[in-house]
This record gives sequence, structure tokens and C-alpha cells, in this order.
Amino acid sequence: MSPVLWIVVGLLAVVLLAGIYLFNRLVALRTRVDNGWSQIDVQLRRRYDLIPNLVETVKGYASHEREVFEHVTEARAGAMAAEGVDQQAQAENAITGGLRQLFAVAENYPELKANQNFLALQEELTGTESKIAYARQFYNDQVMKLNTLVGSFPSNLVAKAFGFTTRDFFDIDDPERGPVRVDLTPGT
Amino acid sequence: MYEEIASNKRKSVLLVIGAFLFLGVIGLAIGYLFGTGPLGLVIALVVAFLLATWSYFSGDKVVLASTRAKLVTPDEQPRLHNIVEGLAIAAGVPKPKVYVVPEQAPNAYATGRDPEHSSIAVTEGLLTMMNRVELEGVIAHEMSHVVDRDILLGTIVATLVGAAVLLSEFFMRSWWWGGIGGRRGNDSNGGGFGLIMFAVGFALMAIAPLAGQVIKLSVSRNREYLADAQGALLTRYPPGLISALQKLETAPTAMRSANNATAHLWLNQPSRIPGEKNSTMERLFSTHPPLAERIRRLEEM
Repeated sequence: MSPVLWIVVGLLAVVLLAGIYLFNRLVALRTRVDNGWSQIDVQLRRRYDLIPNLVETVKGYASHEREVFEHVTEARAGAMAAEGVDQQAQAENAITGGLRQLFAVAENYPELKANQNFLALQEELTGTESKIAYARQFYNDQVMKLNTLVGSFPSNLVAKAFGFTTRDFFDIDDPERGPVRVDLTPGT
Repeated sequence: MYEEIASNKRKSVLLVIGAFLFLGVIGLAIGYLFGTGPLGLVIALVVAFLLATWSYFSGDKVVLASTRAKLVTPDEQPRLHNIVEGLAIAAGVPKPKVYVVPEQAPNAYATGRDPEHSSIAVTEGLLTMMNRVELEGVIAHEMSHVVDRDILLGTIVATLVGAAVLLSEFFMRSWWWGGIGGRRGNDSNGGGFGLIMFAVGFALMAIAPLAGQVIKLSVSRNREYLADAQGALLTRYPPGLISALQKLETAPTAMRSANNATAHLWLNQPSRIPGEKNSTMERLFSTHPPLAERIRRLEEM
């Protein structure tokens, strides 16, 4: 073979290898994004399960705070029916707000605050809130990496050829970190 | 981060090779002195192989047992479990097993061989002293050690140093008792044997401070700064870890289960003397950077 042919074959091999590398990276990132989303989903479901228990427990001590209960219950129903990343994020904001209100109300009832069941639920919800925040953080990091790769040259050629698309961020419009920060530490 | 992981794997392999060479030389020496030829070397290499395999697969169990750490369920420690699970999600690794060490000094460590086989242990003192945000900061620091594979290197170092200490004591003692037996007994061969045992024990004793230096070099202080920074990145809230480190500054450090083999694993260097801060000797061989400097670097973030 002539040297020119060798060079052409060499270049083709380099292009092919680069293509394979980019394709694998895209697949890996897409898997991580999906995985991140299912992590969020698990934690959101956990929160839906905890809310009715919490409402029942608080009702036993503060039965006349009906507005707050209705707010939380409605927000929960709305979130469970939500579809798509954007709508889900909106609905979850409503729940977070409602829960914050609920815990603020609970502050006025010393007997409630001493209830073991309530304390356990509060720890579970606080833990779940922060897990949602961490899962969201992981998901958004992976989405950012995927979107960068899908949008930039030359990986965008590979992405287009194999149907990789950008994903939505899971945004929660909160000044701080989203979760209800309730501190129950003994000794501080 | 990926460089850190690669460097940790490289150092782990080098350490194991070093242990092989060290034991091999001892084996050769014994074989030469006894005139048994390669037998000593073969035995030494078998011992080295067993030691390496053992420290890779069950080093974490040995470390956990030596600190008397107890596995806790989510029901027993809901707050701790929630925090560990949350940070594992943030770091994108499986949730480590959670242990509590019955000690009053606030401290924590991580061990295992990779993120799929990892454990995080905290002391009872840490649980009572830290609030949620501070505990998150500490666990995030430990989670960074898990992600960077610091745990593999740290655990191998701990088991190898522990084994070296045990071996040197074994040889020194066998010389001691062998020497007495020889005086009482009959054969001249026992005296020669005792002398060899003493030589080996002495060599190991001489190596012990050197091993300390190796630990200091391999488990460098930079590792702690890095874990602090990565931990702060995980929680996106540096003040949590800062406040935890500030509490550690004034807290007692004495722990009954502390020893030289595991000192480098802990969040804060443990002291063996109750009621006292770290002694001069311990400071000389310190495996950790000063807390004040760690706090300063976090505040600059």
C-alpha cells in the first residue's frame, strides 16, 4: 500500500476510536442521570408515605390548625400527580413550604414536641428532605455534564447520530438548600 | 480526584511489594543462617502472600474489631443513618455500613477496600457533641476518603504495621524465653536459634520507626486537606465542618482503643494518654495536620 493510504487508514482509525470513546461517555452519563433521577424518586415517595402519618400525629394535638393540614395534604396529592421534571419540581416546592409551616405550628405545642412518635417522624422527614437535596445535587451535576457533552463539538455529532438529548435540571427555588432545617440535637 | 484514586492504588501496590521484599529478605537471611537454603524464602513469601490477601479482604474487619466498633441499625441511630445515606447519594456511591465506637472523645474514621465494601465509624462522643450540620460535615469528610480510595491504603497500612509490631514482639519474646531455656537446657543449637530470633526481632524493632515514617509519607497530610475540601463540596456548606473541627480543638482526644497502627485513619489524631492532649512524641510522629490550619483553609473556600 502507498503511504497516503496508510495515513488515510490511520486517520479513520483515530476518528473511529474517538467516536467510540464519546459514545461510551454519553451512555455512561445518561445512565448516571437516570440513576440520579430514580434516587430522587425513591426519596420523594418516602416523603409521600411519611406525610399522612405526620398529619395524623399533629392533628391529635393541634386539631384546629386545619388550614395547615389541608395545605400539606393538597400539596402531596399535587406532587403525586405531577408529570415531568419541571412540574415535579414545582409540586415538591409546595410540599416543602407546607411542611415548613407544619413544623412552625408544632413549635407552639410543647406536648407535641415531646411526643416520641412526632420526634421520630420529624427526624425521618428531615433526613428525607436532605436526601432529596443531595439526590438533586447529584442529578443536576450529572445533567450538567451530559448537557455539556451533548451541546459541544465534536461530541454533539455523536449525540445527534445516536439520539442523545439534553435533560432538564431539577430546580427548587429556595434561597438556601431546600430542606426544612430542624435541629433536635441534644447538648447544643 | 481521579489522580488521587490512581495514586492511592499505586501506593497500595507499592506497600504490598515492599512487605514482600522485606519478608523475603528476612526469609533469605534465616535460610542462609540455618543452611536450609531457599526454604526460608519460600516460607517468608507464603507468609507475605497470606498477609497481603488477608489485609486486602479483611483489613476493614480487623480495624473495626481493634477499635471495638459496633454495627448499628437505622432504628438505633436514625440521624446518623440518614446522614450517611444522604451523603452517599450526593457522592454517587453505595451506602457504607455504619458503626459506632464506644469512646467519649469525638472522632470518626472510614475503612474498607472500595466504595462497594466500605464502613464509616463514629464515636459516641461525636454523636452527643455534634449537631446535625456538624455531623454532616464530618461524615462528608469520611465519605471523601471512601470515594478517593484512601480507605484501601489506610487499611493496608494499618494491618501491615499491626502485623509488623506483632511479629517483632513474637521474635523478641521467643528469644527471651528461648534464651532462658537454653541456659537451663542442654543443646547448643538452641542458643544459635535464639540468637537468630533475636537478630530478626531486633531488625524488625529497628524497622518500626521507619514504618512510622512510611505511614507519614504515604498517608500524607495533604490527604486530610483534600478530604476536607471535597467534603465541603459534597455538603455545599463549609461552615458545618469548620464548626465541627472547632469543637474538636477543645475536646478531649484520649481513646482507650487508639494505637499506632490505626492513628492515621481517624478524623482527628487520637491520644493514648487519658486527660492529656497529644504528647511531644505523638506530635513528632503526627499523622494529621493541625486543626487550626485545616479550619483556616476551609474558611478560605
